[in-house]
Amino acid sequence: MTTFFVTWLATIPQLAVPYALAALGLILSERAGVLNLTAEGLMLVGALASVAVLLTFRPDPLVAMMAGMLAAAAVSVLFSFLVIVLRVNQVIAGLVIVFFCQGLTSLLGNLFGWTSKAFSGLGPVSLGVLADIPVIGPILFRQDVIVYLMIPIVFGVSYLLQRTRLGLRLRAVGESPEAADAMGVSVSMTRFLAVTAGSALVGLAGAYIAVANVKVWIDDMTSGRGWIAIALVIFARWNPWRAAAGALLFGSIQAVIPKLAAAGIVLPQYLLMTTPYLATLGVMIWVSIRHLNGPSDEPGALGQPYVREERR
Amino acid sequence: MTHSLLELERVSKAFDGFQALDGASFSAAAGEIHALLGENGAGKSTLMNICCGLYTPDSGSLRLAGRETRLSGPREAAALGIGMVHQHFKLVRPFSILDNVLLSRLGSGDRIASAKGERLAMRAAIHEQAAALGGTLDPDARIDSLSIAEQQRVEVIKALIAGARILILDEPTAVLTDQEAEKLMLTLRRLASSGTTVVLVTHKLMDVKRFADRVTILRGGRTVGSIDPKGTALEELTRLTVGETLPTVRETQPVFGRRRLETLGLSVRRADGTKAVDAVSFHVRAGEIYAIAGVSGNGQSELTEVLMGLRRAGSGSVQFEDAGEAVTAADPARLRRYGVAFIPADRYRYALAGGLSVAENYGVGDVARGRYGSWLWLRRGRLRKNAEEALSSFDVQGVRALSQKAALLSGGNAQKLVIAREFSDPPSIIVAQSPSRGLDARATAAVHARLQASARNGAAVLLVSEDLDEAMKLAHRIGVMAGGKLVGEFTAPFDRQQIGGAMVGHA
Repeated sequence: MTTFFVTWLATIPQLAVPYALAALGLILSERAGVLNLTAEGLMLVGALASVAVLLTFRPDPLVAMMAGMLAAAAVSVLFSFLVIVLRVNQVIAGLVIVFFCQGLTSLLGNLFGWTSKAFSGLGPVSLGVLADIPVIGPILFRQDVIVYLMIPIVFGVSYLLQRTRLGLRLRAVGESPEAADAMGVSVSMTRFLAVTAGSALVGLAGAYIAVANVKVWIDDMTSGRGWIAIALVIFARWNPWRAAAGALLFGSIQAVIPKLAAAGIVLPQYLLMTTPYLATLGVMIWVSIRHLNGPSDEPGALGQPYVREERR
Repeated sequence: MTHSLLELERVSKAFDGFQALDGASFSAAAGEIHALLGENGAGKSTLMNICCGLYTPDSGSLRLAGRETRLSGPREAAALGIGMVHQHFKLVRPFSILDNVLLSRLGSGDRIASAKGERLAMRAAIHEQAAALGGTLDPDARIDSLSIAEQQRVEVIKALIAGARILILDEPTAVLTDQEAEKLMLTLRRLASSGTTVVLVTHKLMDVKRFADRVTILRGGRTVGSIDPKGTALEELTRLTVGETLPTVRETQPVFGRRRLETLGLSVRRADGTKAVDAVSFHVRAGEIYAIAGVSGNGQSELTEVLMGLRRAGSGSVQFEDAGEAVTAADPARLRRYGVAFIPADRYRYALAGGLSVAENYGVGDVARGRYGSWLWLRRGRLRKNAEEALSSFDVQGVRALSQKAALLSGGNAQKLVIAREFSDPPSIIVAQSPSRGLDARATAAVHARLQASARNGAAVLLVSEDLDEAMKLAHRIGVMAGGKLVGEFTAPFDRQQIGGAMVGHA
């Protein structure tokens, strides 16, 4: 039984990281008022780009993941152009980008023969003696570098939003673009920066799945985690720390599935595989019921394109 | 009098052929409270929007402290010390006061760092300004936790911290209670005595009389006069504001029937809990046109929305003759069964589906009531035939085909289409809200003729209008709304000055 819990708890962090990174990226974008549904697609782009760089140049896995971030940020510029400059409906633009990315990554992966090629990927940091401590060692001290970086990243995003002038501007644009504009804040530029930075984090989430979790590229390998991250943001009420907690929750659900099978508990496999989505559904219902009698903390101008009141 | 700090000379501005300002002049000295008085549409807001850089004048000049200035935008106006407090506050509601002040200072000096020093300085500045205005404000309080009066105070403080020497307030007392308005005026008096020029845009004569050092009166885009309000009688101010008009005379006094529509102590609350409509009771008889007059935003829209079934009344009731019982809320479908016809002010939003065809817009209500076949079957032929007849009898022009989208109709023809539909069965009660808004003279005359004809045929007509001329021309009786209350009721022949006086708050 102890082995079951130790192996389960030890896998939670690395399964929680993609959710946390993607949710943080989405929070940046949505706090600036841009409803970003592109996560699933951008995660695929981040994943494929990092795998491509890793297979082609054999660099350090962290460098490959940086490439994934850059690729996702680059694709997000297209999304920004659609929703900020052309003011296309944000939901439709987001969905279009997802389908575009799914098709593109599948095509490129097959074309260049990157599909199903295993590589060593990102391994745990060696912490010497600490890693050998029973129970605590495997859980806390045999994780990879990104897991440890998550704490400063969550802190950084939270600090950026709450404590800096840039964050103040970003939130103002998401809450009340009219007031922000009247006070001299450029709504378009702020939103563009927020979407780009957020998308880089979403790309990193995808790259992490490919390089650290699965260590191989296959079509549609993010398997809906981008959508779960979108729900997670609502669950977290656009707060980075709550998003991190939610990511741990979903990570632990996802981690328990293979462990149950390994422990010899027989449950229908397909039922088990739906648990993250069932959990998402449950969380959404819970959040909605709570919001019936209270504020949702949703950014006031989320999803609304901003057009300056034309001079009559 | 000292030399003028702010001077506008012979300023003209037209919007799409409408002359909003026609050679208006205005000048305010340092340290005075200067009221800008006028009716709706007199050009007050346009003139002040020119002062704060939102509009550029077509002709005329603006001088600041004697120097001719051209403003490129609100940012430059702010840099030159012109601060504007808009009627709808430009504040980010979920933010603290401090954050809003910091945000307003972001424009130029762009540092990403959190600037602890600046936070401290601004916190001190807020405390200092609040104290100077005679009060306290917690810089960490969220805007949406503040009362309207406090939010207004934040706007004033924001402008002062930005270095405003000229402070323009657009209808500042419109959203305040009497006591709050009193307090605001004390604050402004304090500011003026320290050298700030305060420009008060208002339509309330009492504000002018009690608080202003000087008043400039605008009418029809022209400056009527600039006088000392203390030495001027209220009647004279009223006359200058609304203009000289003779009482209108009506030839024959028609006979009215039973009360078709009646409200009893109707009250409606806004989302923030204040009363938009406050214990309003009136009745409209068959054959009568009853007008609700008043400056816009005094509860007329809320009242109309209740009558249309779009909003729930807080207390009180509405009695429709055919309903048999008093109701506090009715859905639009039920009201239709009581024979109520609606002509809403925003015809493109509430009366027409722009994307549907003219014929579909004409028939939508009757289709729902099953006149054109059952739910499974739409008798297009009959619908088209009836629509065609109605269009010609109601003189709806500009319809190239019945399948043309309703959104493509001009304002006048769209309104005629609405009337054609609403009057397809002769209604017993008509609720019309600003039915001639945005229409040209010919279309207006046609709409008026329709309303008068309906009344002659025994319908009870409730006309809610901000246009006093329209109300006086059509109505047999006029009820004046101010601050959500029915403050006066007048019977034809009307005295324009009396009604104007009631509208602006001294009956």
